[in-house]
Amino acid sequence: MSKDNQILEEFTSKEYEHGWSVNYEADEAPIGLNEDIIKWISAKKEEPQWLLDWRLKAFKAWLEMKEPEWANVHYPKIDLQALRYYSAPKQDKKPKNLDEIDPELLQIYERLGISLNEQKRLQGIAVDAVLDSVSVGTTFKDTLSKLGIVFCSFSEAVQEHPELIKKYLGSVVPMTDNYYAALNSAVFSDGSFCYIPSGVRCPMELSTYFRINAANTGQFERTLIVAEDDSYVSYLEGCTAPQRDENQLHAAVVEIYAAKNAEVKYSTVQNWFPGDKNGKGGIYNFVTKRGICAGDNSKISWTQVETGSAVTWKYPSCILKGDNSVGEFYSVAVTNNYQQADTGTKMIHIGKNTKSRIVSKGISAGHSQNSYRGQVQVMKRATNARNFSQCDSLLMGSKCGAHTFPYIDIQNSTAMVEHEATTSKIGEDQLFYCNQRGISSEDAVALIVNGYAKEVLNQLPMEFAVEAQKLLALTLEGSVG
Amino acid sequence: MLTIKNLHASIEGTPILRGINLEIKAGEVHAIMGPNGSGKSTLASVLAGREEYEVTEGEVIFKGKNLLDLAPEDRAREGVFLAFQYPVEIPGVSSTNFLRTAVNQVREYRGLEPLDAVKFLSTMKEKMKLVEMDQKLLSRSLNEGFSGGEKKRNEIFQMAMLEPTLSILDETDSGLDIDALKIVSNGVNKLKSPETASIVVTHYQRLLDYIIPDFVHVLYNGRIVKSGSKDLALELEEKGYDWIKEEVDTASV
Repeated sequence: MSKDNQILEEFTSKEYEHGWSVNYEADEAPIGLNEDIIKWISAKKEEPQWLLDWRLKAFKAWLEMKEPEWANVHYPKIDLQALRYYSAPKQDKKPKNLDEIDPELLQIYERLGISLNEQKRLQGIAVDAVLDSVSVGTTFKDTLSKLGIVFCSFSEAVQEHPELIKKYLGSVVPMTDNYYAALNSAVFSDGSFCYIPSGVRCPMELSTYFRINAANTGQFERTLIVAEDDSYVSYLEGCTAPQRDENQLHAAVVEIYAAKNAEVKYSTVQNWFPGDKNGKGGIYNFVTKRGICAGDNSKISWTQVETGSAVTWKYPSCILKGDNSVGEFYSVAVTNNYQQADTGTKMIHIGKNTKSRIVSKGISAGHSQNSYRGQVQVMKRATNARNFSQCDSLLMGSKCGAHTFPYIDIQNSTAMVEHEATTSKIGEDQLFYCNQRGISSEDAVALIVNGYAKEVLNQLPMEFAVEAQKLLALTLEGSVG
Repeated sequence: MLTIKNLHASIEGTPILRGINLEIKAGEVHAIMGPNGSGKSTLASVLAGREEYEVTEGEVIFKGKNLLDLAPEDRAREGVFLAFQYPVEIPGVSSTNFLRTAVNQVREYRGLEPLDAVKFLSTMKEKMKLVEMDQKLLSRSLNEGFSGGEKKRNEIFQMAMLEPTLSILDETDSGLDIDALKIVSNGVNKLKSPETASIVVTHYQRLLDYIIPDFVHVLYNGRIVKSGSKDLALELEEKGYDWIKEEVDTASV
């Protein structure tokens, strides 16, 4: 066995860091999916009738829909009737503040390196912690509310700010948008809600940390971010799940609404369990993320570092409706072993002088398949629209695949659309050069990959960038064959 | 310091080195010369541990250790440095970041504390002077868009930072104009000490005007066929390699 193969072998037998799970007493819905289950979830959350009606409408629509098959991913059909759609830690009463949260739950997050204790936390990031189907706590609520910022769990927002939810829920991603979005609309359990009023610049990073703990349970959360005129917010999302032999489904919906002159930055570091080295287990991550630059001069920026999940199907998109609005998509997607990722973005130019920028960096190792799928659409009245796309693929070893599927649809002759693509391989020469300077192969790969992904990593908030760099290194250590 | 005994190496089944014997002591500079395809660069690569080459026979002892048993990174950490003929580009990784990783991994292996940022930068500034390295280059991606001369200077700069005991310069003079050649040689000479040794692989004697060797060896067909003093290099410059080839070819008939 060559040295490189040995390293590959060692690495791939390395365990997923967040693969542990905790036994807690859970409040669970019966297994299966039907109208009664949806009513059960809605009742559990004490939802108003209009929301239940909305869910049921989505469910009816979903029943008529077919699972999409156009993505370049292959997996056995999921038996949606074998899943549980709600699982939550049992709590005697709803915690009113962080002090009332069950310490055992807090410990789960401590172990993930996320402290929900405000004193212990670095100032500058507020966290909403979602465990399986519910939000267990949100930090810095008081600090934020003084500025008029609402940052809470979705369920809480339904109770406290029904007018906002009613107005914006499904306004960016309609309930019938696609198969998984419809499913999510019917059964979503919790998630985060964030509202930044006019003229407010959110002073700290807002963050949601999703953790799947229960087995056989799908996680269907919903995030809704509304940024009013002249406001700014930077939002972070992190996710992990226990290591289990069966596949688990995560089908989330994220909606972002940016009004005039508003700017929203959304960053994700996705680290769901990717399955073991033989491709067994892992999360199916089928997510719909979309933002609308509704007002003039608004801006939405997506940054994602995708390292986990067995199968990823995800296209964070921007609808550039306001004139002079800007959409950005920065992505690093890493696949190793038998992971499959089909990810990219859609930039829909509707307003005049709208601009979009796409930087996608795919890294494939092992037997994995990594696809970039992107759409740039310039509508008739989008005069002077500009798009720049750059799609790079890095291959490690000879058994993986990288694919690029760009779609470009231009209906206005003043548009300027540029597309650049490269494919490269981590060379033996680069590795040997690093080795010859005393750098181990594992660190050399980390160095080379981080250099390759630098343009995207630079977009992440500082603290996150460091995490992401470590994660990239961890996901790919020595995976050179 | 370095003893090479009957070293045979091949690439994809084709033998390149066919029995190299060489003894290098601390403080010495050895020049390896020879016609194209004689195995000069192969020797440098085999010593550094490049995987494509398979060692089929012989041994290499470096500071009492069997060098061939060590992984390339461990050879580097033990003090073997190869200045590449074609330095590799690594996009997105600054020279500074690259070197800091390298220096600290080498230090760790040698049981030393890692250098903190301040200490590292001041060491870097000091060593940069040796090869008149422009600081701007060091914040750019490693070797990316560097001119031939800048790449070679960067090699010697890295050598200065890593403080090796045995430096192997593989055709460091190729692609250098006379000014760059002087700067690079000057750097190498300043790094010379009684504790260190160098192997200078070159095609031309020109480099040896600046880096004066103690011994000159001629490599031909994978063997050292002639050894001598600096004068041998001058003789080669004057007469070419043909007379040596003839001598060897006649002898082997």
